Amino acid sequence: MIGVSTLNTLKFDAEACSGCGVCVNVCPHAVFAMNSRVVRVVRPDACMECGACQLNCPAGAIAVDSGVGCAGAMILAALTRKKQPTCGPD
Amino acid sequence: MTETNGNSIRPTTSTLTWANHWDHFLARWAINRMGHRIEPGLYALGSPTPDSPVFVTANYTLSFDALRSALSGIHGYILVLDTRGINVWCAAGKGTFGTDELVHRIEATALSNVVNHRVLIVPQLGAPGIAAHQVRKRSGFKVEYGPVRAADLPAYLKTHEATPEMRRVQFPLRDRLVLVPVELVAALLPMLIVAIVAFFVGGPWASAATVAAILAGTVLFPVLLPWLPTHVFSGKGFLLGGIVALPFALAAFLGNLDAALWMRVLSALTYLLVLPPITAFLSLNFTGATTFTSRSGVRREIFAYIPMMAWMFGGGIVLTIALTAIRIAGGLL
Repeated sequence: MIGVSTLNTLKFDAEACSGCGVCVNVCPHAVFAMNSRVVRVVRPDACMECGACQLNCPAGAIAVDSGVGCAGAMILAALTRKKQPTCGPD
Repeated sequence: MTETNGNSIRPTTSTLTWANHWDHFLARWAINRMGHRIEPGLYALGSPTPDSPVFVTANYTLSFDALRSALSGIHGYILVLDTRGINVWCAAGKGTFGTDELVHRIEATALSNVVNHRVLIVPQLGAPGIAAHQVRKRSGFKVEYGPVRAADLPAYLKTHEATPEMRRVQFPLRDRLVLVPVELVAALLPMLIVAIVAFFVGGPWASAATVAAILAGTVLFPVLLPWLPTHVFSGKGFLLGGIVALPFALAAFLGNLDAALWMRVLSALTYLLVLPPITAFLSLNFTGATTFTSRSGVRREIFAYIPMMAWMFGGGIVLTIALTAIRIAGGLL
């Protein structure tokens, strides 16, 4: 697993990738692309850490520290000492 | 209602009524925000057969209605997950639009007795909560990720392949504008309190200035987002707040020509110190409503800019109080 961007926590393991392409389908920011039969990270800095690719990768070739990119939720979580900031009530 | 092993299939249509539009209006204005729900379960859209497609969505009225209204003329089943009135993407992030709930809902509705096939069309933005390979292992149903937007479903259904454009989430003016009322409603009470406090500390102009800074952060910022320079939300907010502060600063400087020059400069400075951090803070808060900010990026921004906002705002408040005290003392002498 190696980090692919200095701006986010996305990591990709090209060796483990099976080339199924599900990450290409679930990513809302076209971070991945199919290159013949393997997946390549083409827009690493566009990752918003939603976690869809990691959760759907059957080969476990993707890791990302996912969470919401929401300042309001993060500040509120810090103030109320909650571990995981999320949107809306539980 | 049709009975399937004791489970009901509710009928629905692709036509939105005035009651639906009114419900959407209320949701957009944050009225009874958590109450815009429909019953989870299986719905029959039109007259589906056992070969008709199955679409999965959240039990938020805006999500359900966006889906069914996009499927005009298409017969199918809609499987509604219990996301407690939260939209698909946010619920997926929370995990309520998730693998467990989907597998549970497939079993609870006896879906495998309703349809002959084993394919579910799940919105792409549900993927942060759904592990497609796990769903298949646990339920036998294959998850097919549809397009980001329900409106693209008719085109998608022709080939069951989404174009790269259908897979990309955008944030056009229209999508930003619909968020403004919710931002505005959330800011209303704090705005009123701040305006009253500012009135007593700095007078009517100070009060008007804080209202302008808050409106800039909640209304102008979402509209102008892509056109404001820099990539940082706080930076964009500081700039916008600075522009809003400028006329107030000028008025303070030029409006009281009898006062000493240093007094006029400092009065103008209070606006330049207090207003930009207010707008910047509200702009930073808008990150949660956008479609592209990452947790890493927002965390970096909080650490880099919140201290600057606090210092500027605090300094400006202290200066305002000092100037008011000097004015009162001057008046008494």
